[in-house]
Amino acid sequence: MTLDQINNAPIGELDPSSPQHFVNGTELAVFERLRREDPVHWGHSPAIGMGDYWSVTRYEDIMYVDTNPALFSSEPAITLMDFPEGDEQQLKMFIAMDAPKHDEQRKAVAPIVAPTNLVNWEGLIRERTGRVLDSLPRNETFDWVDKVSIELTTCMLATLFDFPFEDRRLLPYWSDIATSIKATNPNALEPEERMAELKKMLGYFTKLWNERVNEPPRTDLISMLAHGPATRNMGALEFMGNLVLLIVGGNDTTRNSMTSGVLALHNNPAEMAKLRVNPKLIDSMVPEIIRWQTPLAFMRRTAVTDTVLGGKQIKQGDKLAMWYISGNRDEAAIPEPNRFIIDRARPRQHLSFGFGIHRCVGNRLAELQLKILWEEILKRFPVIEVMGEPTRVFSSFVRGFTHLSVRLPT
Amino acid sequence: MPQVTFMSFSGTAHTVDVPVGINLMRAATDYDVPGIDGDCGGNCACATCHVFVDAAWEARTGERTAIEHDMLNFAPELRSNSRLACQIIVTEALDGLVVAMPEAQH
Repeated sequence: MTLDQINNAPIGELDPSSPQHFVNGTELAVFERLRREDPVHWGHSPAIGMGDYWSVTRYEDIMYVDTNPALFSSEPAITLMDFPEGDEQQLKMFIAMDAPKHDEQRKAVAPIVAPTNLVNWEGLIRERTGRVLDSLPRNETFDWVDKVSIELTTCMLATLFDFPFEDRRLLPYWSDIATSIKATNPNALEPEERMAELKKMLGYFTKLWNERVNEPPRTDLISMLAHGPATRNMGALEFMGNLVLLIVGGNDTTRNSMTSGVLALHNNPAEMAKLRVNPKLIDSMVPEIIRWQTPLAFMRRTAVTDTVLGGKQIKQGDKLAMWYISGNRDEAAIPEPNRFIIDRARPRQHLSFGFGIHRCVGNRLAELQLKILWEEILKRFPVIEVMGEPTRVFSSFVRGFTHLSVRLPT
Repeated sequence: MPQVTFMSFSGTAHTVDVPVGINLMRAATDYDVPGIDGDCGGNCACATCHVFVDAAWEARTGERTAIEHDMLNFAPELRSNSRLACQIIVTEALDGLVVAMPEAQH
């Protein structure tokens, strides 16, 4: 759809889940119209397994859905794609479970990102971030996504899993495979190939699990899962699903905020100037970058019972997409939402981490990684030149970048 | 106005005069008391305004609600006197209230 079509097509024709909006960079126009004209919107996706779904686009309605798990279930999935009953492609993971099982499994991994534990990571993250930034080429164009964003988030994830460091690029490789499904992305692997790759991932991690389950408990995620009372008896497919959750959660999110910040500051030179004068603004800039980017554009819920939302009759079993990207641009909740402002009041009141019991468990680690990245950037580079338009991920779920050309002048 | 004292994790007391009717999370963030984040703005939806209510005041601040309990359930350190500050509304009866903060909010 062109911008003109987005603004003038009959409203029922708007399908915000079409990845094309996100690749074209027109998704915000879709949501702006929906928030104004049809904030709880019934739409249809032509993709097999997607079908009809509600789009919840206003901040307050999203908060209501996210904080009412008794009305809006996280099962069977948190993206819009459905698979036939029993199909292995419907991955089992705790983000897509309701209480009490969700709560028990989440508790098994939460301590790794608890604030007291983050203190232990800070030195390592800073040392590593500095090393990556120092290794960047000068006076030549390179891809910030690959050399910085993917590298740093992959290193972090390898550390959390205690994953063999030399193989760490397998993690974003698997993450990309997990989030690309043929029905919505023509460039994705065929379903059988995709499952075969995810099984290879499972095989690799099963080896690590088997080593660690017979050793005393350690502080990495695999050991925590292998020893945790709620997770130690997981079946293979549930282990695979939870691996996908942890890998995607640690990869596709902060990676894209790391790229987004460079772009946002490039496009807002006055904000960059404020930051240079007062680097302490990093603390409020970090949540603003996370709001601005909203690296996961939505989460899905499924209506447990007939209910009413925004005046619309929701039927039991209906799918709802809570469009965090839209709520984060809702002027009823966030003043001047279309401006990137690094010293906003209450910058953390954005929806990017979700709210309620499924709120992102790694939120404070994500903020720490971004904070350290910007502190170390400011120490080193007086300017990061953006050398062209970024390319965007072909997805309406992962809102991010595949490439951003930059140059660091000496 | 009722006075409320927030004890930081390191033991520093921050005492503020709080208008009746506003919640403790808002009181802390409006008066720049460190140690309360309040990411969700008071919707009982993030658990980043976790406080421990002083034993002498537990009866007057009341019990936590079911939703509040579900959110606190993920706190790194959950105690019987754990509450979310956004769910405690300041009244004249809470003049002198003392709450303590955990090491960090998550």
